[in-house]
Amino acid sequence: MKKYTRTLIGSVLAAAGLMAATSAMAGKTLDQIKQRGQVVCGVNTGLAGFSAADSSGNWSGLDVDHCRAVAAAVLSDATKVKYVPLTAQQRFTALQSGEIDVLARNTTSTMSRDASLGLHFVGANYYDGQGFMVPKGKITSAKQLKGATVCVQSGTTTEKNLTDYSRANKLNLKPVVFEKVEAATGAYFAGRCQAYTTDASGLASVRAKEAKDPATHLILPDLISKEPLGPMVRRGDDEWLAINKWVLAGLIEAEEYGITQANADQMKSSDNPQVGRLLGATEDLGKHLGLDKEWLYRAIKVTGNYGEMFERNVGPKTSINLPRGMNRQWSQGGLQYAAPLR
Amino acid sequence: MSHFSMTEARPSPDKKNRTISWRSREGRSIIYQIVAILSAFALIALLVRNTLANMRLRGIQSGYDFLFQPFGFDISETVIEYAHNSSYFVAFAIGMLNTIKVAIIGIALATVVGVLIGIGRFSANFLVQKICYAYVEFFRNVPVYLQLLIWYLVFAEALPDLDGAWNAGHFYLSKNGISFPWPVWQLGQTLALLGAGLGLVFGLYYRRLARTHFDLTGQPRPVLWVALAATLGMSVLGWLAGGAPMEWDLPKVGEFQIEDGGALSPEFMALLFGLVFYTAAFIAEVVRSGIASVSLGQHEAAGSLGLSKRQTMRLVVLPQALRVIIPPLTSQYLNLTKNSSLAVAIGYPELVSIANTTLNQTGRAIEALSIVMLVYLTLSLITSALMNWFNASAAIQER
Amino acid sequence: MHVFKSIEARPMPGQSASPLAWLRVNLFSSTSNSVMTLLLLALGIWTLVSSMDWALVHAVFGANLQACNEARGVGACWGVITEKGRLIVMGRYPEAEHWRPIIATAIMLGVVVISCMPRFWNKALPLVWALMLVVYFILMKGGWMGLTAVDTDQWGGFPLTVMLTVISMTLAFPLAIFVALGRRSNMPAIKALCTLYVELIRGVPLITVLFMASFMLPLFMPEGVKIDVLVRVVVGITLFSAAYMAEVIRGGLQALPKGQTEAAATLGLTYWQTQRMIVLPQALATVVPSIMNTFIGLFKDTSLVTIVSLYELTGALGLALNSDADWRPFKIEAYLFITFIYFAFCFAMSRYSLWIEERTAVSKVR
Repeated sequence: MKKYTRTLIGSVLAAAGLMAATSAMAGKTLDQIKQRGQVVCGVNTGLAGFSAADSSGNWSGLDVDHCRAVAAAVLSDATKVKYVPLTAQQRFTALQSGEIDVLARNTTSTMSRDASLGLHFVGANYYDGQGFMVPKGKITSAKQLKGATVCVQSGTTTEKNLTDYSRANKLNLKPVVFEKVEAATGAYFAGRCQAYTTDASGLASVRAKEAKDPATHLILPDLISKEPLGPMVRRGDDEWLAINKWVLAGLIEAEEYGITQANADQMKSSDNPQVGRLLGATEDLGKHLGLDKEWLYRAIKVTGNYGEMFERNVGPKTSINLPRGMNRQWSQGGLQYAAPLR
Repeated sequence: MSHFSMTEARPSPDKKNRTISWRSREGRSIIYQIVAILSAFALIALLVRNTLANMRLRGIQSGYDFLFQPFGFDISETVIEYAHNSSYFVAFAIGMLNTIKVAIIGIALATVVGVLIGIGRFSANFLVQKICYAYVEFFRNVPVYLQLLIWYLVFAEALPDLDGAWNAGHFYLSKNGISFPWPVWQLGQTLALLGAGLGLVFGLYYRRLARTHFDLTGQPRPVLWVALAATLGMSVLGWLAGGAPMEWDLPKVGEFQIEDGGALSPEFMALLFGLVFYTAAFIAEVVRSGIASVSLGQHEAAGSLGLSKRQTMRLVVLPQALRVIIPPLTSQYLNLTKNSSLAVAIGYPELVSIANTTLNQTGRAIEALSIVMLVYLTLSLITSALMNWFNASAAIQER
Repeated sequence: MHVFKSIEARPMPGQSASPLAWLRVNLFSSTSNSVMTLLLLALGIWTLVSSMDWALVHAVFGANLQACNEARGVGACWGVITEKGRLIVMGRYPEAEHWRPIIATAIMLGVVVISCMPRFWNKALPLVWALMLVVYFILMKGGWMGLTAVDTDQWGGFPLTVMLTVISMTLAFPLAIFVALGRRSNMPAIKALCTLYVELIRGVPLITVLFMASFMLPLFMPEGVKIDVLVRVVVGITLFSAAYMAEVIRGGLQALPKGQTEAAATLGLTYWQTQRMIVLPQALATVVPSIMNTFIGLFKDTSLVTIVSLYELTGALGLALNSDADWRPFKIEAYLFITFIYFAFCFAMSRYSLWIEERTAVSKVR
């Protein structure tokens, strides 16, 4: 029995050791980020204008800029970001499991995602709608697509919206559902489907980057759904949610008050008290978030205000060429209305 | 010479008062089993506890109640009709039926192709032999996922657009798939199918009669033609009884689709072709090793009886080879069914694809995947049971 | 009384050794055979000529996009391989560090090859394996001895295929042995557990196992513990292949004559001594070809990990070509390229396993 006792005790000890090693400490997100020295940002595998990497591995885009702004605000260094490319299927589990800190992946805010997936929406950095892309021809409106085959990617709000639109307008659209977005766009460009559907911003991006001749494809003007796109964080960490929310709101409000990347330094000495608050020249708003007073100033220096972010990544001067449209400031008739930072 | 006297019989060990020493083999085996079961339970309990804690923390909801809610997405290919408010249950049923459709057609075609190629490896013709060998080696050594992608690329790129669809009479071939005329289903067709089923049963019964007659008198009777005639005759009778309906649903070129008629999508065809060619290579290998397992003496004996090569194959070799072929054949059928799950990458809405959409829309990953695994397990069990029954009935009763 | 008269001597059969005779026997022995031969020859020559025409004569070999576009439909554009070949074979691994996966994979393949040769089956082999694994991970992961760290989600292409296959096989092997022994054990509880495991895993497709592993493993972990995507995939593939290998090993155990275990018992060997010294060496030696088949199957099955976003060879091709509109029309050439890679490796492995089988099997050919 002695031989067996030894093996038994040995295995019990090993198991106990394993259990102890795996019960790591659960800390708050901000503490973990500060300890790690890096913000882990979940992004798209490659959507030009929102989050895409060039051949040297440098990431750029509207969502990428949010991550950089947050890193600048929290860690004072916009380069301290690790970008994790995620597909539509992986994105929520990656966020839920703690693999990433914030999901900046052109994700729509919906009730089911907020309520039943345990995720919080930070704010819309792009108000969008779902649309269709067709080869240029005799189709000029989505209502003409009676009975057409439409390529769509699985795992997004797109499928459901397509069905709703099809049923509401009795179009009897036939979806061909692919697991991977490359398969869906590939099938569309090969001619398998007569239309491709996703968010209008995604259509512009795909057309600019993946079409052989972008001019031969038309994005139909009908928007069939509301798609407020923006970053998301997981439930249970209000502090981290607040940081993300107010960085975004701050960049929007910065545009409202005319603070740009170029003039942020001189604006510090502005007479406008709100400008002083935003840049940390007069009041310290950062202490509400657990940050220092120059948090928003650093963010603005890195990415510019919201308008500059838009222009640089998806604006009319880029190949994506999206109009400001709904994403204008509220004072100009758009939907970007930042709650006041004070 | 002493008489042989038996020793006293030893008393039988008393079963009731037997004490099991912990050091004996029985004692140890009981300890091991208890430890194994307890560890298994402990592990499962730990995993379940962690999972529940994690789910609560992240606000993930669980439960199978989503099955009764309407699924909000359209499915392009269905065997059964569904309504606007059909539940997720129906969606999973549609996925399962699509999987079964591909599996049954795939198994039938793969068996035919595989057996032909397997027998072709023994052909007298050198070219046929080598071509079959090349086929098997090529299709076995390339991953099935890659083959599916290539087939889909071929179908998506090589077929013409709707405008330039190839058509032969009422058959159309284009990027939208194959469209063919399909009868409008009425009572007549159902009765015809019923008649065909009855004819088949009659054919099997006749085969048994013919075999008994052959065993008694040595006179063979033509079974195949009789069975065929019976099936055809009964189905025609059934069709006539149903009022001889002659309506066809003809496909016509619509604006974006070829409307009406029966249709097979390119996704289905790519999946079918990919699975059939891949599995046929394995089936050919199984058939070849089965035929090779029949000893040379059988061939020689059949030759000395004056049987031709074809007769040898049919009457002597194949029945014996079947015993060796059927178990690995079963596992190839199961592989084909399981490989159909790769359709999720090429857009055919079978079970895994629908489960994928479901888990993305409801967030219930564990529940959706558990349903998928349950369905595949059930399909595997049914296929294995069917093949076991076939094995038992085809097995030669040995002395 | 009849005088025995012998019948006329039959004419000598025609020569069967000359090429003409060979043709007659093998290709033109009967009418149907001859027709078949002619048809197949015609078909074969036509296919061969047109594919050589497409693949070699009119093909474009340089990475010249314009020439490729002009040759579309007429000749193959192998330029897509010249241009994207590196990205396809190596995945997203940083280009400057490409020497590391190349050397690491070469070392791994080398150790696998020598493990297949019976000459090297001795006590030092497990140590060599352990050393190889350590060196492999240091080279690939980096962060040590001056090598820059490369995250696991950047590993891809052919090195990832090889790594997943070898690591899963290595981990699955001991598990499979235990499960096979458990299935044949006399203890009903253990037998039931092992049978349940094997039948459950064998009844479901690999893709569901991968999905389960990638979705559920993070939930199984205690709070705060994160597992790498690569680890999840390796766990999934290992559990999957262990079930199949357990069946293979069980077949080998069953084929062993009962006399072996009985003789071991009379010698006084314990269960584990019997297994270690008598049963397993013989059983494993019998099933080496089947284990090789499982290895080949695993090598092909790693192509599925693309679906859980690990970009091995097939996935890296999608990554390289899907977003590049210029080279995307030439996907078929790229597919043929990786088909050739898979075929070359799997065919070589299957030839090797046949050779082993012939060497060890008793000849049944008369």
